[in-house]
Amino acid sequence: MAHASTYKPSTGIERWLDARLPIPRMMHDQFMVFPTPRNLNYWWTFGGILTFMLAVQIVTGIVLAMHYVPTPDGAFDSVENIMRDVNWGWLLRYAHAVGASMFFLAAYIHTFRGLYYGSYKAPREVLWILGVLILLLMIATAFMGYSLVWGQMSFWAVTVITNLFSSLDAVISGLGTTLVQWIWGGFSVGGPTLNRLFALHYLFPFIIAGVVILHIWALHVPGNNNPAGVDVKTPKDTIPFHPYYTIKDGFALVMFLILFAFLLFYAPNYLGHPDNYIPANPLQTPPHIVPEWYFLPFYAILRAIPNKLFGVIGLISAISILFFVPWLDTSRIRSTTYRPIYKWFFWLFAINCLALGYLGSQAPEGWYLFFGRLCTFYYFAFFLLVMPIVGLIERPKKLPGSITEAVLKSSKGPQAAEPPSPAREPVPEGVA
Amino acid sequence: MANSDTSTDPSDLPHDDPSRRDVILVGAGAFAVIGGAAVLWPLLDQMNPDASALSMASTSVDVSHLEEGQAITVMWRGKPIFIRHRTKKEIEEANAVPLNDLVDPLARNANLPENAPATDANRSAPEKLPWLVMIGICTHLGCIPKGQAVGDYKGEYHGWFCPCHGSQYDTAGRIRKGPAPQNLHIPPYKFSSDTKIKIG
Repeated sequence: MAHASTYKPSTGIERWLDARLPIPRMMHDQFMVFPTPRNLNYWWTFGGILTFMLAVQIVTGIVLAMHYVPTPDGAFDSVENIMRDVNWGWLLRYAHAVGASMFFLAAYIHTFRGLYYGSYKAPREVLWILGVLILLLMIATAFMGYSLVWGQMSFWAVTVITNLFSSLDAVISGLGTTLVQWIWGGFSVGGPTLNRLFALHYLFPFIIAGVVILHIWALHVPGNNNPAGVDVKTPKDTIPFHPYYTIKDGFALVMFLILFAFLLFYAPNYLGHPDNYIPANPLQTPPHIVPEWYFLPFYAILRAIPNKLFGVIGLISAISILFFVPWLDTSRIRSTTYRPIYKWFFWLFAINCLALGYLGSQAPEGWYLFFGRLCTFYYFAFFLLVMPIVGLIERPKKLPGSITEAVLKSSKGPQAAEPPSPAREPVPEGVA
Repeated sequence: MANSDTSTDPSDLPHDDPSRRDVILVGAGAFAVIGGAAVLWPLLDQMNPDASALSMASTSVDVSHLEEGQAITVMWRGKPIFIRHRTKKEIEEANAVPLNDLVDPLARNANLPENAPATDANRSAPEKLPWLVMIGICTHLGCIPKGQAVGDYKGEYHGWFCPCHGSQYDTAGRIRKGPAPQNLHIPPYKFSSDTKIKIG
């Protein structure tokens, strides 16, 4: 949040730079002394984790690109060459592939954190919209990256997903076909398609990095939301970002990296599909096409709708509806903790998303199809019915008077037996 | 008041003509937009299939070895082409379907007018009813339907079955059930002799 700069350049060089490009001043004000609510819990550590994962993906991706060959004949073999011959190639490629999964895991937790605590509500709408935009860019980037392996799943994922655009033929005859051939650069998925997917897969992470900078900028204008959902009222409600949250984020990152390392070293293929170790064959569709786990809920929605065009519209709406959440939620308060009715719908929505993920991995027949449709209905009903209606009829619980009051209450109250939270850290001198 | 020699406000200039200035402004803007669009086009069009991909490469297929009830798949323009030598029973089944029962009433045959109805005669080879030549790509999301190989599950209508999302095609390659919106497309082709098919 806006606050007077406390940066004091101490050396001649710092004074010289401060008068020309005050980057040290910005770093000091925004990332050292930045006043941060003192009650942030561990769900708030995923922003830092995501920044770290973006860096991991960019670094491993750049070195993989030094060995990868983006041609239909060379792609699959070059990936195997990376796995077998390139020094440390196995580590770099597994880190990149498992890293994508970890990136999505963190992004989904981060998104649900924002949904639960109402972090999208005024004055943080732009912050939220930029976040949804990053999620969309991540989805596009991960899809293109998966295609580069040029195994059976890669090839048929590209075929199925690019064919989604052909549904526009139902709107204007020929439009969809023209668009799909433009994307392919031919009459089927082939060499030109692979080459452009590679070029764009290299580009998109840098676009993401750009939007991440805007996302952090939009965060630092109003400042962090917090678990109580009440605004910062006095300096007593905040602590400086460093060392309190750099330490906390760092600890959470280490915990997260333990899970990452476990998958990377002990189960690197656990989250992948074995069919992608079969080279792409344009003449044979695998009997069961499934996307990576992080796309399964959306895939379930696509398949739940028995019409090509509306299935595609459902798939796109499932993500883009998030853009409108700040205006769909009519509640006057932010945090779901103080919303006795909405809380139930929220957790049902979380379970519903997991259920869609499971259904997306199963063949769309019989009961799977029935439940796929039921879960798809609730997915959209949560945004379009629950959010507007519950916000109007619900009577929220009494909010704490301030962040400090929420902290002191929870450390005295019945929840005091819970594991230690930063809320109980002593308030440092000079801040309190 | 403003000195007309040093003022930076154009309206202070002697002989100022606002409408003349507007014409120049709008004209310059319009040229910039047109120029920008002209530069954008090569950047977009480079992604379209180039002339070598567009050239109607044709494939000749010898079908003399194909017995009744057998099918082969060949490649044309990077796409699989299904060629099936149908049995009498399969032709009868296809003919027995009233056109009103079809999801897609159009023949989707590149050799016929666009509005040709999806009768069995319009779907099969002219004068050679047992022969069916189609692009073997599901019109839903581009998977290759099962049904060419002997042991394949051919769906409830004994034609083709797409394993991806469950679309089912009949013995004339017409969509009967599932999410696919159109019948399997028929490429431009002709019998160049009794036993040879030229596709493209």
